Amino acid sequence: MMLKIGDKTFSSRLLLGTGKYPSFEVQKEAVRVSEAEILTFAVRRMNIFEESQPNFLEQLDLTKYTLLPNTAGARNAEEAVRIAKLAKASGLCDMIKVEVIGCSKTLLPDPLETLKASEMLLQEGFTVLTYTSDDVLLARRLQELGVHAVMPGASPIGSGKGIMNPLQLRFIIEQATVPIIVDAGIGSPKDAAFAMELGADGVLLNTAVAGAKDPVKMALAMKLAVESGRLGFEAGRIPEKEYGEASSPLTGMVSS
Amino acid sequence: MNVRLNGKSISLPAEIDTVAELIRHYELENRIVIVEIDKNIIEKTLYAETELKEGSEIEMIHFVGGG
Repeated sequence: MMLKIGDKTFSSRLLLGTGKYPSFEVQKEAVRVSEAEILTFAVRRMNIFEESQPNFLEQLDLTKYTLLPNTAGARNAEEAVRIAKLAKASGLCDMIKVEVIGCSKTLLPDPLETLKASEMLLQEGFTVLTYTSDDVLLARRLQELGVHAVMPGASPIGSGKGIMNPLQLRFIIEQATVPIIVDAGIGSPKDAAFAMELGADGVLLNTAVAGAKDPVKMALAMKLAVESGRLGFEAGRIPEKEYGEASSPLTGMVSS
Repeated sequence: MNVRLNGKSISLPAEIDTVAELIRHYELENRIVIVEIDKNIIEKTLYAETELKEGSEIEMIHFVGGG
């Protein structure tokens, strides 16, 4: 089963961020082994007054990847729309990750501006993937607007705390009519696998790979965790029991 | 001509008066760059004919690593 977002389909369910890698070489290799097909980017001013720096995006084979620029830096819906339009003007993408941060300490999204930005960008014809808190009713309001994916955070961006509220994520997934991609807060492969076992359609992470001691190895670990979690979800796990239940027969014992 | 470029006040050489010339001046012809002037995005096909004006607020934008 492929992941379908808007009119595009993807065989990988791991979406990878491109920030904070220790070097370009490590980043290129991490992206390659992750087998991610969707990469996120931020939109910023060029450093035109300084010596030109290598740019990761300009070194990518853009026929292989779908770019998902974000609106990070936007404090309200209008700023998010401005950033999204700048990104689209590159002619390289029509997807946008709506990200409107409402609190500089926790980096949690502003729900009202996020909703408003999503609506405005849908009207502008973007394929909209909205980063949101794990609020169940907000997720429902977003999908009713017509966003192409809802991306609830597992815990604050870059915190690595993993999935703080699996019950709410499960409720969001249960009611979903669009893909649910768990975005932000993933710390280790177990978090990614857990998100997928809960039934998420994908996982978006950045710091967990870029900040790992060995980012390339962690990129592979995350790829396998996402695949493993997805397979586990599709296979259907056993119900939990309070006490033990033997796996070996209780008859025909060898002794007496 | 005096303009603001990426938040900085600069004085451009006299021969630069279009977006295309500005891009050539900074050697960005082969880079991925998006140009906005006074909050209006300039289509790439219009770079050669879009003239810069005294006091223009110019933004030259690109993609950087992000999550």
